[in-house]
Amino acid sequence: MAVPRFWREIPNRYNLVGARCGNCNKVLFPPRYICPYCRRMGKLEPYRLKRRGKVLSYTVVHIAANGFEDQAPYLLAIIELEDGPRLTAQITDCNPDEIKIGDEVEMIFRRMGEESQDGVIYYGFKARRI
Amino acid sequence: MDVGIVGYGVYIPWYRIRVEEIAKVWGDDPENIKRGLLVEEKSVPGPDEDTATIAVEAARNAVKQAGIDPQGIGAIYVGSESHPYAVKPTATIVAEAIEATPDLTAADYEFACKAGTAGIQTCMGAVEAGMIKYGMAIGSDTAQGAPGDPLEYTAAAGGCAFIVGKNGSETLATIEDTYSYTTDTPDFWRRDMRPYPKHGGRFTGKPAYFKHVLSAANGLLRKLQLTPQDFAYVVFHQPNGKFPMHAAEELGFSKEQVVPGLLAPKIGNTYSGSAMMGLAAVLDQAKPGERILMVSYGSGAGSDAFSIVVRDTIEKKRNATPKVLDYVNRKVNIDYAAYVKFRRLLVK
Repeated sequence: MAVPRFWREIPNRYNLVGARCGNCNKVLFPPRYICPYCRRMGKLEPYRLKRRGKVLSYTVVHIAANGFEDQAPYLLAIIELEDGPRLTAQITDCNPDEIKIGDEVEMIFRRMGEESQDGVIYYGFKARRI
Repeated sequence: MDVGIVGYGVYIPWYRIRVEEIAKVWGDDPENIKRGLLVEEKSVPGPDEDTATIAVEAARNAVKQAGIDPQGIGAIYVGSESHPYAVKPTATIVAEAIEATPDLTAADYEFACKAGTAGIQTCMGAVEAGMIKYGMAIGSDTAQGAPGDPLEYTAAAGGCAFIVGKNGSETLATIEDTYSYTTDTPDFWRRDMRPYPKHGGRFTGKPAYFKHVLSAANGLLRKLQLTPQDFAYVVFHQPNGKFPMHAAEELGFSKEQVVPGLLAPKIGNTYSGSAMMGLAAVLDQAKPGERILMVSYGSGAGSDAFSIVVRDTIEKKRNATPKVLDYVNRKVNIDYAAYVKFRRLLVK
């Protein structure tokens, strides 16, 4: 990931800043420029999502993605946030056999990876069971 | 001084490693180590944690407990000796993650284990002078001890954030005064580009820790004309469980005054977070009107002493966030192999 791209997405990655449509009130994450429901009638504004949600589904990853080898086996889940949007996130600080669908989680701030040993560090959100 | 604590927050990682696990690898006698250091286990950061993520969790807890608009924070100082970048401030990452940007000043501090309390003093000055409304000082570390070094038994991870503001209905405790004692004492250091610190062994005790901690404590007691009996609690920097007990005894404090703020036996030495987290643990249980003495220590060397008086506001604020003991008890123990993997010590 290029540095400018990471930098541009800091509000979304650190603080779950998405968008809310002033016309239909739907919350969108990641943010969009046009409301997919109201099209040209939509009035999108930045909206910070609440950091709470629940596990909709999950999987245990044994063959890790690049940069995640030291964390395998790890949990990857679809989280439904209180505000509505669903997102894919790693569940951290949890043994893979202890998670259940429906578990309440909070979105927390963690290291997501790094460009290289002398490159920038990417921070972002992961989920943790409450 | 007319400043106080508006809110505080802590964070301790989930993982722990016991003294037995480390002693097994190096052929040490665990009972001997535990008796000598008064430490049973230490906290270990997860593979996706560093000083910045720990600082952010503590800072978010502090903002939540304070109940303030983070835009009112005019300064953030992060004290650590394990900043994730050599050049690129941790403080800007924290400021962004608590939505305090962009109208503020921010910087990283470094003074071994007392960089966090140096940040508190900077915030006190700026608030008292009217430069800022609130200032946030954080002590956060993922401390490193070389494999096989005695430091490996205690070098832990954790963080604590304090928000300082003008005394008033918002402050949960008043900071009556502060006093520092600083000299050039090379008891512990890490040279540039080197992964692990070196230390002077027994030299870190009497001429370093004890001289500075006792001088700072006595200096503040003299300045305020108070005696140990005027304090309900005392908190010292905790490189292990033993040093603070000795310091308390030397100054004339009782065991009962030290134990509530003594966390090293269960989580090890959280470096910049150590004394501040001990203070947070005491604030978690203190009653309004009680007075607390906190003395930090940073190798190199210096100590900052603070006299703090708890106010009524504490009762309604402190239940908003997890307490220090909640984090101490929320844990999972790992073996040395997992510890080595998490700390990225494996050669692949």
